[in-house]
Amino acid sequence: MSSFVLFAIIILYLALLFLIAFFAEKNKRSKWVNNPIIYTLSFGVYCSAWTYYGSIGEAAEQGVRFLAIYIGPIIAAPLWIILLRKVIRISKQHKISSLADFISLRYGKNRFLGALVTIVCLMAIVPYTSLQLKSVSETFEIMTQKSLMKSNSIFTDSTFYIALILAIFAAIFGTQTTDASQKRRGIIFSVAFESLIKWLFFIIIGIYCTYYLFDGTTDIVHQFKSQPNFESLVTLGGFEGGFNWFFTIMLSFIAIFLLPRQFQVAVLENNREKHLKTAIWLFPLYLLLFNIFVVFIAWAGKIRLGNEVNAEYFSLLLPLSEGNIFLAILVFLGGLSAVISMVIVSSLALSIMISNNLIIPYGFLSKFVKNEPEKNEKFIKNIRRFAIFFIIIVSYSLFYSFSAKMSLYSIGLIAFVIIAQLAPSFFIGLFWNRGSSKGAIIGIFSGLLITFFTLLVPFLLEANSLDPAFLKEGLFSIPAFKPHALLGIDFLTPPTHAFFWSFSVNTFCYVYFSLSSKGNYRERNYAEMFVDSKNFTDLQDSAFVWKGEAYVSDIKEVLMRFLGQEKATRALNIFFAKYNLPKNTQFADAKLIHFSEQLLTGSIGSASSKILIQSVVKEEEISLVEVLRILEESKEAIAKSKAFKEKSLELSNLANQLKEANLKLVEKDKQKDEFLDTVAHELKTPLTGIRATTELLLDDAEMPTPMKEQFLNNMLQDSERLSRLIHTILDFEKLSSEHHQLIKTTNDISKTIAKSIASLQTMAAKKNCTILQKSTYSVTINYDEDRMIQVFTNLIANAIKFVEPNEGLISIEYLFEDKQLKISVTDNGKGISEQDQEFIFDKFFQSKNQNTIKPIGTGLGLAICKQIIDKHQGTIWLDNSYTNGAKFHIKMPLN
Amino acid sequence: MKKILIVDDEPNILMALEYAFKKQDFEVYIARDGSEAIEILKKELPNVILLDIMMPKVDGYQTLQIIKQNEKLKDVKVVFLTAKSKKEDIEKGFSLGVDQYFTKPFSTKKIIAEINLLLQE
Repeated sequence: MSSFVLFAIIILYLALLFLIAFFAEKNKRSKWVNNPIIYTLSFGVYCSAWTYYGSIGEAAEQGVRFLAIYIGPIIAAPLWIILLRKVIRISKQHKISSLADFISLRYGKNRFLGALVTIVCLMAIVPYTSLQLKSVSETFEIMTQKSLMKSNSIFTDSTFYIALILAIFAAIFGTQTTDASQKRRGIIFSVAFESLIKWLFFIIIGIYCTYYLFDGTTDIVHQFKSQPNFESLVTLGGFEGGFNWFFTIMLSFIAIFLLPRQFQVAVLENNREKHLKTAIWLFPLYLLLFNIFVVFIAWAGKIRLGNEVNAEYFSLLLPLSEGNIFLAILVFLGGLSAVISMVIVSSLALSIMISNNLIIPYGFLSKFVKNEPEKNEKFIKNIRRFAIFFIIIVSYSLFYSFSAKMSLYSIGLIAFVIIAQLAPSFFIGLFWNRGSSKGAIIGIFSGLLITFFTLLVPFLLEANSLDPAFLKEGLFSIPAFKPHALLGIDFLTPPTHAFFWSFSVNTFCYVYFSLSSKGNYRERNYAEMFVDSKNFTDLQDSAFVWKGEAYVSDIKEVLMRFLGQEKATRALNIFFAKYNLPKNTQFADAKLIHFSEQLLTGSIGSASSKILIQSVVKEEEISLVEVLRILEESKEAIAKSKAFKEKSLELSNLANQLKEANLKLVEKDKQKDEFLDTVAHELKTPLTGIRATTELLLDDAEMPTPMKEQFLNNMLQDSERLSRLIHTILDFEKLSSEHHQLIKTTNDISKTIAKSIASLQTMAAKKNCTILQKSTYSVTINYDEDRMIQVFTNLIANAIKFVEPNEGLISIEYLFEDKQLKISVTDNGKGISEQDQEFIFDKFFQSKNQNTIKPIGTGLGLAICKQIIDKHQGTIWLDNSYTNGAKFHIKMPLN
Repeated sequence: MKKILIVDDEPNILMALEYAFKKQDFEVYIARDGSEAIEILKKELPNVILLDIMMPKVDGYQTLQIIKQNEKLKDVKVVFLTAKSKKEDIEKGFSLGVDQYFTKPFSTKKIIAEINLLLQE
């Protein structure tokens, strides 16, 4: 196909990616952009052109061995919940913006270590990136069936332009904020999109090869069985092959954590911790599905195309050989997606390291201190933009000048081995507080040295068809120093061999030199914070140990250079508010130093932030012992304050209980007072009548007889009232006392009601009203019969008082409800006014609506009824929905 | 003729007091609670009001308040006649502006004497 058409398609696709990234940046907070699926798909940046094309080549030549590269991440996935979460938490807390920053911070913001990590990453990733670009160029060549490499100028090379566009893309969406610890939703969203595209197109070509070109998987296997080396391609190759597998799995296990692009998407771009929960199952699934068809495409290619063509590009060559250009374009775009995401995320991650861990800490700090904030911001962004272009251009020129026959697979593995040199300092440092910067530096250096000798140098020499003697005979002709068979271990492939030796020596050096060196107090401080991150998250700023003299104004000055006046002031105000400090605080403490360093870390890296802050403060050296003591103290203080909080909570609970009890007592006292008052009032009232009347009768001899009789009658009434009152009060008091016991016997409620009615017939007859017992069936339950008669008598007597003479009808009935006996006493009197309803069961409450001239009663009737029913575990209440008079209900338990 | 309004919710007490004051040539009005008393006061202007405190509907305190707010009744003497005999109750009564405070049970003779004294002032 025409190269112009293909180039146009590429440009259109890139334009689409720009649009997608713009969309995501605009909708930063939308659910479409922030969800666990996008997060998981962004992990797919792991599958570069190496997976897309390289795996097929490896599968064709070496069989199932390529799978080891994917088994490592699958094994690692469940561990993310512990490991990755810890890393994410620490990174968020300290505003870490790159892998180099993370390691440098762990070892006390060590500037040199940060730079070393950056260089290691560059060594691993730049050639790797270059190979990605190579795959673009080669697939372009295959698609257009022209050799572009023959063009003499890079300006006629389409790969150059593609690389340039990628650099622009990364620069636009990767450097929006100076604070590199900020999220880049645009890039991540487009990476997720590309992960989906490459995965989809790869599966499509897999299905095409397996089910369209062949008759399913069994057909391919059947046809492929005739190949001479079939057996070796489907097995691991015994004991030695097993070792190779094991080490390759370990390599990929490390890579899924430490490849800068993986660290970028998994840690730095993580928005919510809980997204990890989706990633741990979805990403392994993604990888598994991605790899299902690799072997079949490889074997299909072998059967159809033989050994003449580069097996890495079978997925393109197979549809092209069938004339299916559309499918070939899809495959090409899938591969391009794999390249784009890898190149962009890698160059972005590396650019941050270059700026924050290499360039800024080693040369521009003094310049920053003098500059205006806006200028600094621009400057930092420009360094990163420059770094992105630098990485991509260097990668491109590597590819352009060394068109050596380096396979995607082998370069990929070399990158893994180099990156693995960071593993001891990273992983062990997370869990071992003695790990020191000295150990880390020496470990990384020794590991690198061995990697160079056993892998990189021989690889470069072989790739350039050079064959110096030491490769076969060993260094200085000593057989034990053969690069590919160090100390006689000759059964491993070069990458696994290199990994085995470099990793072992690196780990040994790390541990040995960590144990032998005492370490610096700052280092130990951060070590404790990393290792015990869970505890120190609670401590936050106070976990940082610092002693010396520092002025807030100096620190503010530095902060303003990078954050601008407004932001710096706001940040400090928040800090002061958090720790209850006055706004004009003069002396800075350890917390403020730590806080300020953290503020700057995102923009200029942890090492530089430390240097900058330290430049304006006077720090005193602290001994290691003291650091540990202070840390222990702060931990204890936290624990103590926790215990104190609990205690004080307990105390305040107690105090509340006491208050409540007191209130109850006061209330009871008041009630008692009121009761006494009311009793006194009730007793005094008839007494007053008696006394006044007696006086009148005594003094007035001429009083007319009817009047005399009336007064004597009144006196009799009052005396009766008095004695009734005294009797009821005593009864009420008796019932109120806790010692009072009901005399429960088995009784028939129908008979009890009948007895109560009988005793009131005289009273009813006086008013000519009817008392009707509606229910007469017998129900035998346990109760104190005398007391229940008292209840019914009270209720009925009340009813008689309230009905109109000659018209009164009082009825009593009962039925079963909710496994209880419900007894109702209904009258057709005036009813109880709404305002009285809530008081009727109170002591000494008397409704003034009675139909007698003078209320007869004590005001204790209903209160006594309630007490009796309560003692039977029953309930009594007024039916306030009943309007044709008064209706009382009693519910009695059946047993 | 001197006019007296007796307010109490106890008919027997009311009856006794009514008889006693009529004997002393008072014109007697009776009310069984505060609201009845206020109704009567709209038409009549007694020289003295004998007021119980614990009454239904409108109690003695509320009635006193209404009386005190009425400019027309400012010269009327008000006397509490109540079972509330605690020191605080009596102080409260005087602070609200009653002219005399009698506790139940009482002597009719003494009350009549006191009322007559009060009206001579």
